[in-house]
Amino acid sequence: MKIICAVAGVAVKELYRRKEFYVLLIVTILICLVMGSVNVFNDDKVIRYLKELALLLIWISTLIIAITTTARQIPAEKEQRTLLPLLAKPLSRNQLIVGKFLGCWVACGLALICFYIFFGALAASREHAWPLLNYFQAALLHWFALGVVVALALFGSLVFAAPSSNSTICFVIVATILCLGRYLDAVALAQSEPIRSIFYAIYFAIPHLEIPFGMRNLIVHNWPLVEWKFIALDAIYLLAYIALFLAAACLVFRRKPVN
Amino acid sequence: MFGFPPQTRELKMISPRKISLLFIALLIFCFGLAANLLPQFWRIENENHQSQNFFALLLGDSSRIFANSFATKADAYYHSGYYPTIFDNNSAFKTLHMAEDTGAVASHNSGEEENFMGPPRDWIDAFGRHFIPNRHTHLDEGGPTDDLSKSDEVREILPWLKLSAELDPHNIQTILATSFFLRTKMNKTSDAEEVLREALRSNPDNSQLLFELGRIRFENYADTFRARNIWEAALRELQKQIVQKKEDKLDFDDRFMFEQLETKLAQLEEYAHNNGPAISHWEAVKIVSPTPEEIQKHIDELKQKTAATNSPAQ
Repeated sequence: MKIICAVAGVAVKELYRRKEFYVLLIVTILICLVMGSVNVFNDDKVIRYLKELALLLIWISTLIIAITTTARQIPAEKEQRTLLPLLAKPLSRNQLIVGKFLGCWVACGLALICFYIFFGALAASREHAWPLLNYFQAALLHWFALGVVVALALFGSLVFAAPSSNSTICFVIVATILCLGRYLDAVALAQSEPIRSIFYAIYFAIPHLEIPFGMRNLIVHNWPLVEWKFIALDAIYLLAYIALFLAAACLVFRRKPVN
Repeated sequence: MFGFPPQTRELKMISPRKISLLFIALLIFCFGLAANLLPQFWRIENENHQSQNFFALLLGDSSRIFANSFATKADAYYHSGYYPTIFDNNSAFKTLHMAEDTGAVASHNSGEEENFMGPPRDWIDAFGRHFIPNRHTHLDEGGPTDDLSKSDEVREILPWLKLSAELDPHNIQTILATSFFLRTKMNKTSDAEEVLREALRSNPDNSQLLFELGRIRFENYADTFRARNIWEAALRELQKQIVQKKEDKLDFDDRFMFEQLETKLAQLEEYAHNNGPAISHWEAVKIVSPTPEEIQKHIDELKQKTAATNSPAQ
């Protein structure tokens, strides 16, 4: 475990050494402040449009951070020729993969904390309320969804040749799931066989990241808390996909030449 | 001999009377030209009113599509996010509910608004419904909390309505909803009136806008004189519109507007104790009303009341 934590620590350090996180955070803050300065019939309590925009920007920013950070982990080790010396130490390939995953996931979690603190402050500035448990539920599932994305990007970095192609493919897959994932079964119903079965297979195979993504609406419109058992079930569901992608990554990495 | 020509002719003086006459003629010409051009410039300015908006200028005619999207967004906010997508059955959401609630827009909705999602299609769909808004509520009725004291939260739809109205100043539903909620839920009557007057510049003599303007004068200022004038003007415009139509018949929307205007005029006359005109307006309402018996009952009551007040004088 110590070895895995050491590998993860390097990935976390990489997050605050690189400028992406700071740039995305500042851009998010700036856009929200500019949009917040819009005068809507001299009413200073209008906030929901701003909350929606802020949450959307947070999702986009954290997805960018998760995919770009993870996609370059293994290729960078190869390019800098540090992969072989790393594996020469008492560190198995599986531990390396798990360490890299954990590092990127924790880094995303830290970024997420900063973003949600800003979001909470923004909402409280006009609503004068802190529904902390609601924010915690949304942030928790957001973090688990990012875990799936990180695991997917890590798996992709072992399958695809370059980090750029891996990042692009990951973005396309995640964006498609977020936009259409919930409706694939409805689309399938309108198709004839065999397309219907193919759509259904895709629908049941993909990780439904749109479930945590849909929680934005609950936060924006101040809906009551989601029952904790459903939060736990969704977390378990997402954890299963994380494990699946990690297992696939370990399997691919085990058979991959490192030199 | 070959130098400058003699200047005797050029130096000849023009009489001051001629100069002043010329000056007056020029002034008259300028005044006439200005009087002729000014209305034309105003017309051009009105025609290009939409292009003054940055987004409308940038997007051209497609701005209407965006305007409709923003109006739909406002309606989604009105339902606190519980709103159908293109994949859901949206027959109960064809007319924006927020516009329908203003009382100035006829509803074309049918079907179940409470359960447009239908039964869950599979376990993922059923599970996912715990993480999205899953109950039909209106923001002006308290939204998801059902707390009526929070009905002013309807303000949250205003940014989208404002944006939509700026992109398409001819979208009457958006303007009506903006004005209605500003007036009724946020107590911003002057802002509501300003929104309507601004919209009337782009849509002169629109009967729905005039109807809402009349309501402001009557319900908020108790100004029966102006309200009557505005509603009568709206009625005239509506009749003009109906005549211009090919079939020269009242369609569903016209019928609705006619009924609303006549009802309001009848209520106004009752308020002003003018029972005679009130009865004639109720008679007009009876022709188009889906419940003529109720209206007839009210007319009879009014007639009795009028007879009772007239009898002591006799």
